[in-house]
Amino acid sequence: MSDMTGDGIKISIRNLYKIFGKTPELALVHVRAGLGKPELLEAHNHVLGLRDINIDVHEGEITVIMGLSGSGKSTLIRHLNRLIDPTAGEVIVNGEDVLTYGSARLAALRQNTMSMVFQKFALFPHHTVLQNAGMSRRVRGETAAVAETEGRKWLDRVGLGGYEDRYPGQLSGGMQQRVGIARALSSDSEIMLMDEAFSALDPLIRTDMQDLLLELQRELRKTVVFITHDLDEALKLADHLVILKDGAVIQQGEPQDILLNPGDSYIMDFISDINRARVLRVRSVMEKTERPGTGTDGEVEAGQNLESVIALSEGDTNKHYRVMEDGKQVGLLHMRDLVIALVPVEASEARRVA
Amino acid sequence: MAIYDRVFRATGLEGWCSSGGPSTGPLTMAEMVARANGTQAEGAPAPAVPFLQTPFPSLDTLHASCDAIPRSRDMTEAVEQGFLAIKNPLKVVLDPLTQPLSWMLDWSLEAFQAVPWFIMIPLLVAATWFASRKTGVTIFVALSFLFMAFIDYYDDAISTLSIVFVCTLISVLIGVPIGIAMSRSNLLQRAMIPVLDMLQTLPTFVYLIPLIYLFSVTESKLYGIAIILYAIVPVIRLTDLGIRLVDRDVIEAADAFGMSDRQKLWGVQVPLALPNIMAGINQTIMMSLAMVVIASLVSAPGLGVKVLAGIRNLELGTGLVAGFCIVLLAVLLDRSTKAALSRIDPSDRG
Repeated sequence: MSDMTGDGIKISIRNLYKIFGKTPELALVHVRAGLGKPELLEAHNHVLGLRDINIDVHEGEITVIMGLSGSGKSTLIRHLNRLIDPTAGEVIVNGEDVLTYGSARLAALRQNTMSMVFQKFALFPHHTVLQNAGMSRRVRGETAAVAETEGRKWLDRVGLGGYEDRYPGQLSGGMQQRVGIARALSSDSEIMLMDEAFSALDPLIRTDMQDLLLELQRELRKTVVFITHDLDEALKLADHLVILKDGAVIQQGEPQDILLNPGDSYIMDFISDINRARVLRVRSVMEKTERPGTGTDGEVEAGQNLESVIALSEGDTNKHYRVMEDGKQVGLLHMRDLVIALVPVEASEARRVA
Repeated sequence: MAIYDRVFRATGLEGWCSSGGPSTGPLTMAEMVARANGTQAEGAPAPAVPFLQTPFPSLDTLHASCDAIPRSRDMTEAVEQGFLAIKNPLKVVLDPLTQPLSWMLDWSLEAFQAVPWFIMIPLLVAATWFASRKTGVTIFVALSFLFMAFIDYYDDAISTLSIVFVCTLISVLIGVPIGIAMSRSNLLQRAMIPVLDMLQTLPTFVYLIPLIYLFSVTESKLYGIAIILYAIVPVIRLTDLGIRLVDRDVIEAADAFGMSDRQKLWGVQVPLALPNIMAGINQTIMMSLAMVVIASLVSAPGLGVKVLAGIRNLELGTGLVAGFCIVLLAVLLDRSTKAALSRIDPSDRG
């Protein structure tokens, strides 16, 4: 297992099953034999939480696990730090199966390696903002001075300098979640688990917080596992996107890839409502080539979204652009391809059949 | 011929019945009453009983037909003997265990009375101020004590206060850990709740009876135990409830950051349960004060003695004024602990 650390995989979830009920081990046999969630509930009165989950979380990336309520996403993230124990499977963190850990090593894992941000903030209401932010340090026995310095540093970093002596109840939701993030960051853990961290916030504040997370991530390069039910949020944040339905992974990969090649009708429905021009990037729709092309109308960046290119072309579908990355040409963008990519897959299937 | 004779003949139990021999125990209740009234000579034949007045087949009625069945008085006698049989071993265990309670009560009583009034009253007023930080409550406490001192009830009030103080302290020292243990184990909670229900509903006089047998009436721990048994219930209940009511999300966060059970208990659960625990302590104080009058039956000093004197000697005035002083103590203890409670409530920091 130790060879897994080499290729940048931080957390590896292998064949993970979770069944809720009185005799999960017995029910597991039925699930492995192919029994679905509704059938299991009806015939055996057990709830299938997770079924055969296999996910690799790469170091320094944001892995977003997305699903609707009841899909098992919150259950899944709680397996990583063992707030919930699985029925079967492995959770390998830094090359070690955390399910074999005793209570002391588990506590060390939670104190040093993983920190967590919660949907409902879950701050300590009887502690000040500063005490909350430095909490992770005090838990592992560091001095009050260290906790205070670290807490102050990260509160400043998330934009809450000056609020140190307030109590969480005196802050707005967005500010409370900033404290939650500062608390997670001050533990200086390599892995951050974020359980619907922004779902309880207003849309505008949510966008702010997403930007804050991306900004922090550019600088800190943590391994983030982010849970959400919001596709726009998922597409904005994800380096690697995992879509969960009824406790099973139905598709995972690069978000652009999922958007252009949805695995099944469920995902097609899911992605049919989003603004594709804003989410898709030039890199995903360009023709990969190094030939300079003739009669190009200029240059665009590979990481640009399509919306900005449409603005640049003023809506002319006959234009062609050279696609640049790090000063080198990586492909050609034909506006005609771009327009087709904007049509959701379901409709484009219909076009192909016609 | 007694009324149930036929039943025993029909079931063929006659032989077993007569093997019991003639009754030798104490008189039955009915016999005692009958003898006292002089209505029935012993051995007279029982009069015929009309059908509608058929007595319930109780121990005494059945005994009349069948000597082998014990009478009701034999049963109560057996309970008494049983209790007396375990009394001595129980005393060996309980006496040393509860002896510190006697010492604490006596010592505290002496201490409270040894401090002169002109130090004690300012001390109490200052304590109220530091606990509550409310001017109104503090002035009320000052006026109440001055009033009680003025009408010569100060010594009794201060004795009562001393008893309440010791009993509450011990209730908290025992009750909070029990409540914490209950909140952590559903099994213990299920076992404790009937016990707590019983302590709360059992009439006080009922558990005074075995206590009087166990301990001497001259020992302070007798009333101490009676008060504590009655008053400890709310602090246990509310500690258990308070800890169970702590927000599950907060507990999950504590777990996710790797807090040990001890860090979680003292750093999160107990502080967040504190408002409930304090409400339990407030109730415990109120209930121990309510027990003071009954405890005076078993030699507890204080205002209860005056109330008791009022009842015994029909001194209406003494009893009523002492009763009023108890109410005064209750109100001032309630107000000052509630004011202190509102200061520590973290939900107020919103």
